[in-house]
Amino acid sequence: MTEQLRSDVAIIGGGIAGCAAALALRKRGLGVVLMDKGFCGAGASGVNFGGVRRQGRSLVELPLATRSRAIWDRLPELVGEDGEFRATGHVKLARSEADMAVLEHYAADAAEWGLDLKLIGQNAVRDDHPWLGRKVVGASLCADDGQANPRLVGPAFARAARRAGADIRELTRVEAASFDGDRFEVRAAGGLVVTSRWLINVAGAWAGKVADWFGDGAPVETLAPNMVVTEPLPFFIDRSIGVCGGDIYVRQVDRGNVVFGGGNGWGDIELERSRPLAPTTEASMAKLIDLIPALKGAMVIRSWSGLDGEMPDHIPVIGPSLSIPRLLHAFGFSGHGFQLGPAVGEVLSELVVDGETPTDIKAFALARFQ
Amino acid sequence: MAEAIAIIGAGPAGVRAAQTLARAGHRPVLIDENMRIGGQIYRQPPPGAERAPDQLYGFEAAKAVAIHRALDGLDIDYRPETLVWNAREKLLDLTGPRGSERLAFDRLILATGATDRSIPFPGWTLPGVFSLGGSQIALKAQGCAIGRRVVFAGTGPLLPLVAYQYAKAGATVAAVLDTSSFATKLKAAPGLLALPKLFAKGLYYLAQLKRRGIPVIEGVDGFAAEGATAPEAITWHRGGETGRIECDAVGAGFGLRSETQLADLLGCAFAFDELTRQWLPTKDAEGRASERHLYLAGDGSGIAGADAAELAGERVAWTLLGDIGQSVDSGRVATLDRGLARIARFRRAIEAAYPFPHRFHAAIPDALIICRCEGVTAGHLKFQVEQREAGEMNRLKAYSRLGMGRCQGRLCASAGAELLSHWRDAEIGTVGRLRGQAPVKPVPVA
Repeated sequence: MTEQLRSDVAIIGGGIAGCAAALALRKRGLGVVLMDKGFCGAGASGVNFGGVRRQGRSLVELPLATRSRAIWDRLPELVGEDGEFRATGHVKLARSEADMAVLEHYAADAAEWGLDLKLIGQNAVRDDHPWLGRKVVGASLCADDGQANPRLVGPAFARAARRAGADIRELTRVEAASFDGDRFEVRAAGGLVVTSRWLINVAGAWAGKVADWFGDGAPVETLAPNMVVTEPLPFFIDRSIGVCGGDIYVRQVDRGNVVFGGGNGWGDIELERSRPLAPTTEASMAKLIDLIPALKGAMVIRSWSGLDGEMPDHIPVIGPSLSIPRLLHAFGFSGHGFQLGPAVGEVLSELVVDGETPTDIKAFALARFQ
Repeated sequence: MAEAIAIIGAGPAGVRAAQTLARAGHRPVLIDENMRIGGQIYRQPPPGAERAPDQLYGFEAAKAVAIHRALDGLDIDYRPETLVWNAREKLLDLTGPRGSERLAFDRLILATGATDRSIPFPGWTLPGVFSLGGSQIALKAQGCAIGRRVVFAGTGPLLPLVAYQYAKAGATVAAVLDTSSFATKLKAAPGLLALPKLFAKGLYYLAQLKRRGIPVIEGVDGFAAEGATAPEAITWHRGGETGRIECDAVGAGFGLRSETQLADLLGCAFAFDELTRQWLPTKDAEGRASERHLYLAGDGSGIAGADAAELAGERVAWTLLGDIGQSVDSGRVATLDRGLARIARFRRAIEAAYPFPHRFHAAIPDALIICRCEGVTAGHLKFQVEQREAGEMNRLKAYSRLGMGRCQGRLCASAGAELLSHWRDAEIGTVGRLRGQAPVKPVPVA
């Protein structure tokens, strides 16, 4: 059984970036076929911590992150639901004077990129959050950052793109893609063949393989976050919480469950499987109790992981292929893709339609690995 | 080097496996959540609440005592009150009286047993509505009844048994509502004769209920518990006929479901069993799982009852011994296999006599809570299917929180899948199954 489709743009990968690109491209009037081997928004976009934060990001990510942050406010009009996005603020905690110096330094640098951070001393941070443990010596607050439900956002973008006329193909595993000098040909399991003018590789943890088909070698490593959640507790953690070093992060959702993560689980992109690891979970628990002693004894009801791509310098690849015209990559989000995804979709659509984007993405060029 | 063998579950399957391995010179680790061996079926009361075996186990007293004593004098590393909360490759994560620890094994026997299977009905979340198995445990372990005037409802061989046990213990059983009709049971009777003694026991329980004047209403098409803060009555209907029975407690159950999370975490292959409408880990004729160092025995890999569990526990122990090059008593193995085959025939007849009434799901009102841990209603689930296009169980879970709470879907996944299949007009076997995640049961942040 074969099915032939022709389209302006073919997209491999139905994460937030891919689905947001599909939506933006449809709004600019282009035809889009998007293929995902599983379900849209069920990969890294759907299993991450749910942090919508700019604070602490690499400085070169801040223009893109700031653009994305504005989109997060507009989700209801854009995709028809808010994805449980809440601008709770994000607090980054210092557990030593050296940490505090790092936060001060970052705040000064970030100010030049337009990110407004508030440094908080030891007494003030305790006054604001009396449930914090003794190890905390200070903090930096980004009042405008927040959190959202990752399980809802990607699928909402996929449905919005479909409503806008994109041809979204789930459970459609792309097995090969090639370029004949004029058009791309994408072949998927089950006999689907898509020919297109443009190809966008947003295949997440598997994007390195797609890039390889076109000679765009990229050092993508697999990242499997280790996520844990407790039973619902009375609400008290009113901010999303991170630490200097990033080894533990925690938030509490409206329902009361405390979500925390840190360290790595196990993942294998060949087997297409990922798992949290008990030693990592136990290490996270110990760090969690240091930060928020009241959580000792709370019952953990679930843990999970997923597969993301990570670059050696922990910032993504976003931009054109090194050699193939009209091939765009956006991958290796290194755990930052949830917040960035909505803006990445718009940037990709601009690269297709306008040939350029007003957002500074120079730092994400694939050429940096040559 | 000696094989490190672990057994999870100290019910009839786990105990017979441990006994067989110990007699063959091994010292298996036997891990169990309960305080004492016996599993759910031969559960022993806590120390200080003991009663005579025939009072506790009726006809099965001799079997119960035999299981309780099967490990006497054998050298086994027995770990009671210990939860295996995670498993991966050849490692188990345990938490129990000795704290948390990680146990390495070469081969593992999963004898994880079963729990009640629920179908949500109006009033099922009222305090005072129990599962059938839970009602039985209250009687067996604690010596107390779930109420003064109890209605038992649902279906399965446990239904007349628990009702009989309550009546015998002196509780008032107001009625038994069976969703399986008399005609359905009659049709299955020839198959049930594969095990005439068991069949006779079933008839005895029913006769005893009738002798005591307890109404047994068969072929019920639906029921609901009424009451503001506790059950005050149960209403039922059958065709055009309706009834209302006053009560202060309800025990309801629709057969059993296998506890399969550890097999899932360990990567075992699963297949959908059309007869019981459940996903089960696959096993070969000798009890090996798809992962060859894992063995499956007892109700944890398909409901077959306590007698089959004993045979299967011993059977997989022999399989394991053969796999590591030890001598196997082939005559004994042939006997066990014949016994298991006979029970399997009987079991098919039991499933035919007490079919899982999946048609009940079609009548579930939108306001009814399906996932009690997360408070997810049928209407909320329907919204995910109709508005968010959820067509598969893990998508339904991701959107709605069904199965994301304390029980991790052990109580609600069956109803969720039935509803999804009903709304999408899709075969139940095609809507998928929830992925297992650690911890299997809640563990504290420590």
